[in-house]
Amino acid sequence: MISKEEVKHIAKLARIKLNNQEVLKFQKELSLILDYIEQLREVDISKIDLKKGLGKAQSVTREDKEIKKSLKQASKLMELVPDKKDNYLKTKQIL
Amino acid sequence: MDLTNLTIKQVHQGLLKKKFSVLELTKLYLEKIKKEDKHINAFLDICENKSLEQAKETDKMIALKKEIPLLAGVLFGVKDNILVEGVQATAGSRILKNYIAPYDATCIKRLKKQGAIVLGKTNLDEFAMGSSTENSAFGPTKNPKDLTRVPGGSSGGSAAAVASNFCHFALGSDTGGSIRQPASFCGVVGLSPTYGTVSRYGLIALASSLDQIGPITKTVEDCKTIFDIIRGEDDLDSTSASAKQLIDSDIKTVKDLVIGIPKEYFIKGIDAGVLKLIKEAIKKYEKLGAKTKEISLNLTKYALACYYIINPSEASANLARYDGIKYGHSADTKDSDSLLEVYLKSRQQGFGDEVKRRVMIGTFALSSGYYEAYYLRAQKVKELIKKDFEKAFKEVDVIFTPVTPTPAFKIGERATDPLEMYLSDIFTVSGKLAGIPAISVPCGEVNGLPVGLQIIGKSFEDDKIIKVAEFLEK
Repeated sequence: MISKEEVKHIAKLARIKLNNQEVLKFQKELSLILDYIEQLREVDISKIDLKKGLGKAQSVTREDKEIKKSLKQASKLMELVPDKKDNYLKTKQIL
Repeated sequence: MDLTNLTIKQVHQGLLKKKFSVLELTKLYLEKIKKEDKHINAFLDICENKSLEQAKETDKMIALKKEIPLLAGVLFGVKDNILVEGVQATAGSRILKNYIAPYDATCIKRLKKQGAIVLGKTNLDEFAMGSSTENSAFGPTKNPKDLTRVPGGSSGGSAAAVASNFCHFALGSDTGGSIRQPASFCGVVGLSPTYGTVSRYGLIALASSLDQIGPITKTVEDCKTIFDIIRGEDDLDSTSASAKQLIDSDIKTVKDLVIGIPKEYFIKGIDAGVLKLIKEAIKKYEKLGAKTKEISLNLTKYALACYYIINPSEASANLARYDGIKYGHSADTKDSDSLLEVYLKSRQQGFGDEVKRRVMIGTFALSSGYYEAYYLRAQKVKELIKKDFEKAFKEVDVIFTPVTPTPAFKIGERATDPLEMYLSDIFTVSGKLAGIPAISVPCGEVNGLPVGLQIIGKSFEDDKIIKVAEFLEK
């Protein structure tokens, strides 16, 4: 069973706020899931070289060049921004 | 002629013979949805104006050009995690409640080009995480065969819409079983194609190394028609496979066929009625001259654990984009000047419980000190599972299994125990981890509840499993 502190730490890394009740609920549920996936330790993986396997699937790449998008496309994206000022998206102060 | 029960082929023939106009057909289906979907909740959004407009244009074009595109007048539902320009795409989540898609997914573009018309967006488990559609932020979908039961998930709205004759076909997405399992529960056909054959551009990402869009249809023939249109290379998807890799089926008759029956899929715990129907389906093929062979897929036992590391890990990375800044729900944080508070609260309010669970499990599995023990190990087991299948396919052409251990379960029955829900995917995740294609095709009913046979094929032999499924339908 993972501790309450661990749940709080994971939630913070995951950027999800939890209240005390949720911490208790997820402590129980996450522990059950983690116990279940533990069984993967039984599998012998010593002979697997991932580099060989992954070599088969090839990524499609393109030239590292700017793709021109229309203003209309850009304004559609800006319409989705929750908070903006002068056509810039606005956030709280970072530094 | 019952116009509300047409296959894609029948729509095309009906238009050729001028039995109805596209506008008449569209109005009829919209009315049917309005009248009946309140009991099912298959659709989250109906594109009434857009579809009527497109119907009128199609009728005009047919009158003018005298030729009818393959999918003219074909009406379809789109899982609400696939983007249709100018239409909502919520992914079943509060965090995207007001999100309007700024562009078309590649598969939508291809279908529209053939004249198909989007009727609406269908319900799903939030971000496609679930096996019952109960995890939708907008209420569960009911199984049209029995309103007290789930339609399966996560593409439950799509499967229920096709089974209810609300549309001619629907699109779903399959990450661990999300097309095949609801297709099985609702008694329709569902294809999870080989990874890389259908572009993922415009699909809201869950687990990028597993996600694949596919058709949910009334017949195997329709499934092939839609698959042939949506498949193919796409520069906008970095894991898109070359179209040349797809292999045409070399199966002419059932006599050419060697069917593998993996003993690990016929274990205790399978519903007796399901088992009986699967065995009967296998016998039908044997009667037609197919050979069957018992095979062993040793790692089946570990597939689900492997899947529930890879899926949450990739999900946690993919869902990091929902931050309350760029789009989607943003929490009211007027009394705070902390940016972190915007992230924490927006995601607390926007995500449902299953999404929170998976994002946290994934964050844990990828965090410093745990990566090798979880994600890297799971990737290696995935490679072993792939090898398991490769070995099996040296002896057999296709593999037959049940899609799920039971028919559709009751609404609420598995909602309180996440692990119990995960077990619904036990027969569908293995093939998915191997990246290989699988189709669910109806093979009978247990007490009025549909059961699907799963036909699994080799990588890029999607055509072959479709062909093999056709024999059962005949």
